[in-house]
Amino acid sequence: MLKDITLGQYFPDDTVVHRLDPRTKLVLTLVFIAALFVARGIVSYALMLAALVCCIAASRVGARALLKSIRPIIAVIAVTAALNVFFTRGTPIVRLWAITITREGLIGAAYMVTRLVMLISGTFLLTYTTSPISLTDGIESLLAPLKRIKLPVHEFAMMMSIALRFIPTLIEETDKIMSAQKARGADFETGSLIRRARALLPILIPLFISAFRRADELATAMESRCYHGGEGRTRMKKLAMSPGDYISLVCGAALALAVVLTNMAAP
Amino acid sequence: MAPVIKTEKITHIYSAGTVFEHTALSDVSFEALRGEYIGIIGHTGSGKSTFIQTLNGLIRPTSGTVFFDGTDIRQSKERTRDIRFKVGLVFQYPEYQLFEETVFNDIAFGPKNMGLNAHEVAERVREAAGFVGLREDDLEKSPFELSGGLRRRAAIAGVIAMRPEVLIADEPTAGLDPAGSSEIIANIGAYRRSTGATIIIVTHSMEEIAQNADRVTVFDGGRIVMDAPPAAAFSRSDELSAMGLGVPAATAIANRLRARGLPIAGGIITADGLRAALRELRRGAGSA
Ligand SMILES: Nc1ncnc2c1ncn2[C@@H]1O[C@H](COP(=O)(O)OP(=O)(O)OP(=O)(O)O)[C@@H](O)[C@H]1O
Ligand SMILES: [Mg+2]
Repeated sequence: MLKDITLGQYFPDDTVVHRLDPRTKLVLTLVFIAALFVARGIVSYALMLAALVCCIAASRVGARALLKSIRPIIAVIAVTAALNVFFTRGTPIVRLWAITITREGLIGAAYMVTRLVMLISGTFLLTYTTSPISLTDGIESLLAPLKRIKLPVHEFAMMMSIALRFIPTLIEETDKIMSAQKARGADFETGSLIRRARALLPILIPLFISAFRRADELATAMESRCYHGGEGRTRMKKLAMSPGDYISLVCGAALALAVVLTNMAAP
Repeated sequence: MAPVIKTEKITHIYSAGTVFEHTALSDVSFEALRGEYIGIIGHTGSGKSTFIQTLNGLIRPTSGTVFFDGTDIRQSKERTRDIRFKVGLVFQYPEYQLFEETVFNDIAFGPKNMGLNAHEVAERVREAAGFVGLREDDLEKSPFELSGGLRRRAAIAGVIAMRPEVLIADEPTAGLDPAGSSEIIANIGAYRRSTGATIIIVTHSMEEIAQNADRVTVFDGGRIVMDAPPAAAFSRSDELSAMGLGVPAATAIANRLRARGLPIAGGIITADGLRAALRELRRGAGSA
């Protein structure tokens, strides 16, 4: 149950997509998102969709896992689509009392849904194929210029990787504590809302205590290994761009350019 | 005698249908008699913890059935819940599950969930505290004021307070010093003597098994590969070590002596047994 949350989960594998430098993937994802927002017209969308499908196929992540990541926000997508359908002015095709559905509305909604689904699949593809550690390494490396203006980039990246690292641990811990309290007859499923909220206390209290204990232990462990922030720190795994990374970046740029050009060509 | 708990070919697959699919138990059939003391051993990841959680219905096996007193524990919703109280399960590191302001309230959590009245709850708490050697003034303390060993015992009392007919504990002595460990084992023994409950203990200590268990069940790769009285099981030390498991120190010493040609009897699993065998040997040598 809790284990089924796939949010930002990493699927270890060894495909072309997995092997790309995290910075390449981050940049490509950003380019992809930007292109998605400027894209207009069926040709641009088709291009972007083709690129996305190629990446998904190459990553072997599987459409099922990606679709699962969309499930939690289906409601948002549906509402957005509905707003588009009902509130876009244009050529009416259906008219029921006060409700008018226009051709433009339907087309707009279709684009909107495609855009959202592609946006989410694209970003999830990034987290599915990049381990949290290399993701934060990539972010730190990309944001490195900001260190000049005294922004704590390293500390930010470290906090993020620790948080990401501990999400599965906390989920596992929650599962364990829940089982233990259930073994003493705790009941989380029945009763009024207030009763159910109260029933969460036997889970939340041990969970918080153990999270604080873990944080404390981690801090001690880091200090006893002389961690003192980013200053002068070297890396075990240096990020290195391979020819494949450059080729991918060129492809990404080409895609963005193609989208811009087709936009200009479109009326 | 009819078994109090019985499993019939239970198989459990975690995260079935995903890349994380993992078969933790396959075709496990097992029986525990009333009043029996069973030790479960097995290498890390062999499925011990998964197995014991199927016994009180916390984990629903992918296939197979678990019986309590001859009926399926999944027969009805009420029964599944009722089984939680009859089959008490102490998780590994149970002290991390304490949450109430006082030890008393924490031990009372189970009995309260059973729907007992305040008077009965208090009686259960006192009784359980007695089994684990908690003093009256400890009961009014916060669980976090207690020492590690005492906190663990408070958590065990929280399960004992439900007066389970079967008490299962997952590595109850993990991470404790020898004195703390033997105290916990003694507490569990005291509960068994006074109530006649069945005890099932997962452990990595072969000594603990040699001293207390009537039977040892060995898990390997999600299957039961051995199920015998401790003396018989530990006589197969080659098989055990192939699974990454050991034998009690007394058995190991006896084996080494035998390998050097001393005519030492088999089936030695405790220090007392070894001492007796060595005396026997000396007497034999003296008379010859
Ligand atoms: N919630 C879970 N989801 C997926 N796999 C799991 C889960 N819990 C356990 N497993 C896997 O099932 C197998 C059996 O685990 P289990 O905890 O039953 O082993 P164990 O014998 O208790 O080991 P240990 O001696 O380390 O406690 C292990 O390989 C483990 O990785
Ligand atoms: Mg275990």
